[in-house]
Amino acid sequence: MSQYVEDGSLIPGDYFLMGNFACIEAAIMAGCRFYAGYPITPSSEIFERASTRFPQVGGYAVEMEDEIGSVAALIGASYAGAKVMTATSGPGFSLMMENIGLAYMMEAPLVIVNVQRAGPSTGIATLVGQGDMMQAKWGTHGDVETIVYCPNSVQEFFDLTIQAFNSAEKFRTPVYVMADQVIAMMWERLRIPRREEIEIKQRAVLDSKALATQPPFDYSKDFLPMPIAGMGCRVNIDSLTHDSRGYPSTEHYVSEILTRHLVGKIIDHAREIWKWEEFFLEDAEVVVVSYGCSSRSALRAVKIARSRGIKAGLLRLITPWPFPDEIIERVSSRVNTLVVAEINYGQLVHPIREHSRCPVVGANWAPGTLIEPSAIVDALQVVVPS
Amino acid sequence: MTQSLLPIGGPEIKTESHQWDPLIRSERYPNIWCPGCGIGIVLSSYINAVNKSSIPSEKHVCISGIGCTGRIAGYLNLDSYHTTHGRGIAFATGMSVIRPDLEITVVAGDGDISTIGGNHLIHAARRNTDLNVIMVNNLNYGMTGGQHGATTPLGAKTHTSPYGNVESPFNVPYLVSASGASFVARWTTIHVRQLFRAIRRMMEIEGFAFLEVVSPCPPTFGEFNNYPEALDMMKYFRDQSVVDDNADLRDITITARPEDPIVVGNFVDRRRPSYQELLGRLLEKSSIQNVRRGANP
Repeated sequence: MSQYVEDGSLIPGDYFLMGNFACIEAAIMAGCRFYAGYPITPSSEIFERASTRFPQVGGYAVEMEDEIGSVAALIGASYAGAKVMTATSGPGFSLMMENIGLAYMMEAPLVIVNVQRAGPSTGIATLVGQGDMMQAKWGTHGDVETIVYCPNSVQEFFDLTIQAFNSAEKFRTPVYVMADQVIAMMWERLRIPRREEIEIKQRAVLDSKALATQPPFDYSKDFLPMPIAGMGCRVNIDSLTHDSRGYPSTEHYVSEILTRHLVGKIIDHAREIWKWEEFFLEDAEVVVVSYGCSSRSALRAVKIARSRGIKAGLLRLITPWPFPDEIIERVSSRVNTLVVAEINYGQLVHPIREHSRCPVVGANWAPGTLIEPSAIVDALQVVVPS
Repeated sequence: MTQSLLPIGGPEIKTESHQWDPLIRSERYPNIWCPGCGIGIVLSSYINAVNKSSIPSEKHVCISGIGCTGRIAGYLNLDSYHTTHGRGIAFATGMSVIRPDLEITVVAGDGDISTIGGNHLIHAARRNTDLNVIMVNNLNYGMTGGQHGATTPLGAKTHTSPYGNVESPFNVPYLVSASGASFVARWTTIHVRQLFRAIRRMMEIEGFAFLEVVSPCPPTFGEFNNYPEALDMMKYFRDQSVVDDNADLRDITITARPEDPIVVGNFVDRRRPSYQELLGRLLEKSSIQNVRRGANP
């Protein structure tokens, strides 16, 4: 008997699965049928499982010559009408930045999974880090707004991968799942939902007949239907700054309209993108802010601190970008201190400090291992002397 | 329809409509290319081939990179994509895997295709991806003002090789042939009919089809390398081209010296399974029972 349902997804139910495998099962359920990638630790199981599973469901997993070509191929496949994805880690993420910029400019829906590993450059390929959080926002040149999901369990890696495809299609933009080595290589219980329990967003496709009465790039609207190749649209899709017809322009007002559109379609809808979780905030005097695998340590640390009489709470950011400024402002206005726990030497602590109404300190940990709860407890005891 | 074309500094020219008008975004003219540039000849050869091909024009896709030649896509009334520098072939790879029914042609310059994009070029040829690639070789980086690249002949002067180029150039047809392409040709911009016929043949090939077009660049290359006027390089093409379909590809490096030949021809035309054919077979043998295939769950 097949272990798959009609569309090739796993039969709904409980599984014991690795994070990287869960990611591909989610992608199949979301309708992704094209993967272009280059092997890199600790993300390679995603590519390997795509290579086995995608052909089974009529999809393709293509090994490109590098990560530059991978993202270029994704954009081409996206404009051919497919839902597309890749996965990588730090060094590959750096190479992808050029064509991620092209995807923003061409408004191509892509999902990019970054299984973060330790250190700058090649670093430590097999160990954990969270050092790419600012690169996800600022890695490509020019003004862009970005959507990032940070899972902290195998189940959430699955759920947020589906969410990432939905957001990519709705906002017509690259979306990142910023996982990390701990979440990606961990085996955990995974519940595969039934089809009717999840929402799958399908792409709005441009009908060539509509072009008789409207330009292809009507930037008065936030979300534009996408012209797909071979359907008679004959639209020019350009990496250069372009006007409502898609033609290159060096006019200042054209640049203003286009850039405002690319940034505004995300930032003006940030509240519907934001996801977060709150623990023990009702009476908290000091709050740990964390995300990804670090948030698991942070929850443990908050419980230890509470057992020692410190009124600690936890704010877990699931979407660090677009930056949830209103949430940070609200939480920080009623506590004494925020402690930002992350496996790097200070990244998300910066925008948090920018928006916080109270002092902010970092609980930082050199990449390589999961941050230990004791390190966060130590930071809490410094800011709340007993 | 009568339209006005205003060349810079020239008299107004009135023209009647042309049979290729439906394939051109004429409202974007005049184009950006310099007087004496060869890219317009490549553009018209490609349009002619699209017009005469048995494939309907809405199934033709033009993908270009960055540079003077990269602007070709934007003048064509087709599905056109002006991508990043050197990445047109990689972009086209993704599109062609999903839509093998589309006739995808990548048109870009020598710097784009063989220098910054050289890795994508050899790997697409190795896979024998079903694409057409037209590389306009003007022997230098023109749009940025004339710098040397991977096709600039040894000894040639550019703004970044003012004492003469000390790097040996790629012999691109030899490279692409060795990498596994199904079709490899080289012509110059004086070979208008041969260009048209080569591009039409490329549209029939199932596999990687590559065409190098040697093209004059009077202001940034010719000026410093024996061919200051546009006609000088065209005369060089006329006088020194040697047509040899069976040439030994090891010996056809372009020197651009007035006394040396430029060997041109349709060098390679062979049958190898394309990447798309092999992917199709892979899907046939890997599909699982009872699973409905396709992109929309």
